[in-house]
Amino acid sequence: MSDSLNIAGKSYQSRLLVGTGKYQDFKQTRAAIDASGAEIVTVAIRRTNIGQTAGEPSLLDFLPPDQFTYLPNTAGCYSADDAVRTLRLARELLDGHTLVKLEVLGDPNTLYPNMIETIAAAKVLVKDGFDVMVYCSDDPIMAKQLEDIGCCAVMPLASLIGSGMGILNPWNLQIIIANANIPVLVDAGVGTASDAAIAMELGCQGVLMNTAIAAARDPIQMAGAMKKAVEAGREAYLAGRMAKKLYSASPSSPTTGLIS
Amino acid sequence: MQLTINGKARDFAVTQLTVAELVLQLSLEGKRLAIERNGEIVPRSQFANTLLAAGDQLEIVGAVGGG
Repeated sequence: MSDSLNIAGKSYQSRLLVGTGKYQDFKQTRAAIDASGAEIVTVAIRRTNIGQTAGEPSLLDFLPPDQFTYLPNTAGCYSADDAVRTLRLARELLDGHTLVKLEVLGDPNTLYPNMIETIAAAKVLVKDGFDVMVYCSDDPIMAKQLEDIGCCAVMPLASLIGSGMGILNPWNLQIIIANANIPVLVDAGVGTASDAAIAMELGCQGVLMNTAIAAARDPIQMAGAMKKAVEAGREAYLAGRMAKKLYSASPSSPTTGLIS
Repeated sequence: MQLTINGKARDFAVTQLTVAELVLQLSLEGKRLAIERNGEIVPRSQFANTLLAAGDQLEIVGAVGGG
């Protein structure tokens, strides 16, 4: 059975997308990503350290761009202009690569997205030929507008970045999913495997996470748990869950043939 | 020639410098990076024939871990 995640014309077997930040070292980063089975990995774009980099290994040495699909992000950007500028640099850095994660933050404490700036940046980037996966609030109207602009995926937060609070508003997510004609992925807020499973059971096309894996006591084991959770949640969604009932008066064992 | 690189002023004892030569001087050759000069990206294919001017503002970036 082929059940692939399709984003911007490319299909992926894994529905788990992972970040590459907050790990002990590159070796652990690679081991966790291998355990997660992720094919798409996010990276940040930052000023190169000048003067102390000779011979120093880089993230790209551990995650060769020909083995993974890079998803450069705009983490740390608070304006549309900065986000667009960052992703244009990323495109140059990655030899014309157009798949990107747009996030424009509104506040350094909550890291909640600034949707006005996000929408402004999305318009520029789509026009400029980028395939934009966009981190957004879980507001169904915003998600629809981002789709109408031409983003290739919307990625509403489950809860705040790095909070591990899980899915706080499954109802909004369901509305976004029901109205979307592009993939909806949960990005941010997943804390443990059950959160990822719930996101997938709701009908998300995928889940993007970083801290839930990197900040686990054993990141590599957690990466494996997330892989299974995303797969299980997806299968449960496809299988179609039974209806919830307060009680059913319908036991699973035969009601006849009882001894007397 | 003084250039501002990643927000820091740096002096180079030359009168002429291309972006490719700058990359060598900073020991960044072979590294995957992108360069913005005065707000405009310099494509890698243009490093060798892009002459820098005193006072240029350069951003040199690479990919790092992030979520």
